[in-house]
Amino acid sequence: MDFLNSIILLTNFIIVPGITYGSQLALGAIGVTLIYGVLRFANFAYGDLMAFGTMIVILVTWFLQSKGITFGLLPTALLALPVGILLTIVVSLFFDKAVFEYYRNKKSDPVTFIVVSLGIMFVLNAVVRIIIGPNDINFMDGHKFIMKAREFKQMTGLNEGLALKSTQVITLITTIITCSILFYFLNKTKTGKSMRAYSNNEDLALLSGIDPKKIVLLTWIIVSILATIAGTLYGLDKSFKPFTYFNNLLPIFAATIVGGIGNPLGAFYGGFLIAFSEIGLTYAYKKFFKYIMPEGLEPSTLIQFISTDYKFAISFAILIVVLIFRPNGIFKGKVI
Amino acid sequence: MIKNSDFKICFSVMTVLTFLVGLFQSWGIALSMLNLCLISAVMAMGVNIQWGFAGLINFGVMGFLAIGGLATVLISVPPVPEAWSAGGIGILVSGLFLLAVVFSVLIINKKLPNYKYKNYFIFFIIILSIPLLKFIAGPSISKIESINAATSGFLGGANLPIIFSWFVGAVLCALVAFVVGKVCLGLRSDYLAISTLLVSGIIITIVKHEEWLSRGVKNVIGLKRPVPYEVDLQNSEWFIKLVEFLNSSKLSNVLDFDDRASLLNQLVISSSGVFVKLCFSLIFLAVVLIILYFSEKALNSPWGRMMRAIRDNEEAAKAMGKNVVKQHLFIFMLGSAIIGFAGAMLVTYDGLFTPSSYQPLRYTFLIWVMVLLGGTGNNYGAILGGFVVWFIWIQSAPFALLVINIFTSHLDETNYIKEHLLNSVPYFRYLMMGLGLLLVMRYRPKGLLPEKIIKN
Repeated sequence: MDFLNSIILLTNFIIVPGITYGSQLALGAIGVTLIYGVLRFANFAYGDLMAFGTMIVILVTWFLQSKGITFGLLPTALLALPVGILLTIVVSLFFDKAVFEYYRNKKSDPVTFIVVSLGIMFVLNAVVRIIIGPNDINFMDGHKFIMKAREFKQMTGLNEGLALKSTQVITLITTIITCSILFYFLNKTKTGKSMRAYSNNEDLALLSGIDPKKIVLLTWIIVSILATIAGTLYGLDKSFKPFTYFNNLLPIFAATIVGGIGNPLGAFYGGFLIAFSEIGLTYAYKKFFKYIMPEGLEPSTLIQFISTDYKFAISFAILIVVLIFRPNGIFKGKVI
Repeated sequence: MIKNSDFKICFSVMTVLTFLVGLFQSWGIALSMLNLCLISAVMAMGVNIQWGFAGLINFGVMGFLAIGGLATVLISVPPVPEAWSAGGIGILVSGLFLLAVVFSVLIINKKLPNYKYKNYFIFFIIILSIPLLKFIAGPSISKIESINAATSGFLGGANLPIIFSWFVGAVLCALVAFVVGKVCLGLRSDYLAISTLLVSGIIITIVKHEEWLSRGVKNVIGLKRPVPYEVDLQNSEWFIKLVEFLNSSKLSNVLDFDDRASLLNQLVISSSGVFVKLCFSLIFLAVVLIILYFSEKALNSPWGRMMRAIRDNEEAAKAMGKNVVKQHLFIFMLGSAIIGFAGAMLVTYDGLFTPSSYQPLRYTFLIWVMVLLGGTGNNYGAILGGFVVWFIWIQSAPFALLVINIFTSHLDETNYIKEHLLNSVPYFRYLMMGLGLLLVMRYRPKGLLPEKIIKN
């Protein structure tokens, strides 16, 4: 019986990675859900928009590094983030003007929007691969670890170590800041309220004198900010590879729908739900039970619900279960 | 059918493209392009049946293609007796267990229609069955995978002719589509798109990681063929005579006997490859024509009319007493079966099954571009889309190379930008696809060959 060690074990392998991955998914899912709530379609180009924003951040990071500018202990990418956000906003607004506006004015059905977002997905995919290539890029610099597993062991004298990467802390802090600002904006400011009103009922919002063009513009700006931040945080924590970003779209969609599509708070929780179930269900609890079970009763198998190969499949399965039981998501969707 | 102008457009485009490539590049390239175009046309017809006829958005094409590919492995590969004796019983027992779970779920669903916690009960059974299944099958799986891991490590197949597997692939896909359709088809269009995409992700994960079944990422190579092998052709009397006869004018120009023999040998080697591809082309063309024939028949029958009625106004069709749910499920199964058939054809043509190559961009969204570009709701449109899109997909790299060379001709060979652009030539195909799709959606939203409105 060794509760302290077992708790540290779970924290190290489930809670810390879960919070990090969950924050990244949550930021992405809020973006998808905002597009769905205001513009009323599922944007398949979102993963590639994230990749585009991250690519700009990487390019600026390289430029800064070549000039000898760094951010001290923090990664240089954080300095490059504003430029990335700015260019992503420009690209989103360009695609909105060039493509989506036409169909919005025609009041096309959601499927047409999905199809044109596929077209944009192909284009962005190509642009990212042509500019930066399809390979893995690691652009994390600065101080890597806040606490190493070995240091923790020496400090506390426990068997289990607790490693804390600086990217994990940066991810958490950035997510808290971004989400607080976003939810303050949506719930307390007049513009945010008008955005929610537009999402809730377009005609009534128009009658109340809300300018739809302004709302659409604002949505794309917020979405681009979220996409770039989520993409950069993911890239810092793991690495940047265009194909992974495309694949991440799927758990992000899962998080969005699980939380109730069109509901940012739901998307936030959905991101964490997906992240924790992916990590929690694929973790082998053998060691954990070794600590908490009385001696002689240690399990002989891995005690793993499903092998790590099926990590992505779990989020998809959760989504399908949610779609069957609560098609509107766990937190009722449709209104932001 | 022959009088139809769409038919003429479709097949003349196909002939012209093949001949152009044949004349300017080589006949081998032209025929392999043609073969992949024909396979793509079958895939596009499958998607077109779901989307064009019935308005069902299926983004799970990749998954059904992989199931079709898996069928070729399960049917044509010789069985591995050691693996069967080591773990066959365990696999069979777990298969029976899986069947029991499925039946118990079905029975609960049927016997307790109004029970409040029915869904939770079913959910609980499924969740419980996963670790149990792993517990039952786990030891046998690890036994099977440890036998000759480098060369086999799986159960193998039934050692039947590979053509047979195309039909098995179709049936398997229809069965999977039945399950997927039961779960997902009630959803709204955009939810359906996302959930089918995710289901295909699950299917690919299973095919990739269940190594006892499909060898997974270790790939299965050297599959059987429905046509002769090049080596056999090169050694057969009649083929050499045929090549000699076809090239008699070329050969008669060479006077020296030895030179003539070596030239003939070269010609035999190069034309054996072309001959094999030509055989594939004939089989694939037959498949395309047969599916096209039945598809056109179906589209113009009362059933096809009903499908279009359901697509255009579901409520009205329901009010007329049509069973929308049943018809949707049926057409979803039918389209998926055709996609599975194409998946098996593709793997047969490649001669190898590589689960890790299934990516949504290439195997789901590209097929969708074919259908949307060619013309939704029109079978000829789907075939034309298959041809044009695959042609652009293959030829955009050489084209991009040409354009880059023209625009950067004033730059030095070692210029960084030029080198970088030349290295990224393969990705220009995505750009072409995206731009093509956006332009077609904007200026010809019904596709190149729009759906014909049939007036009765």
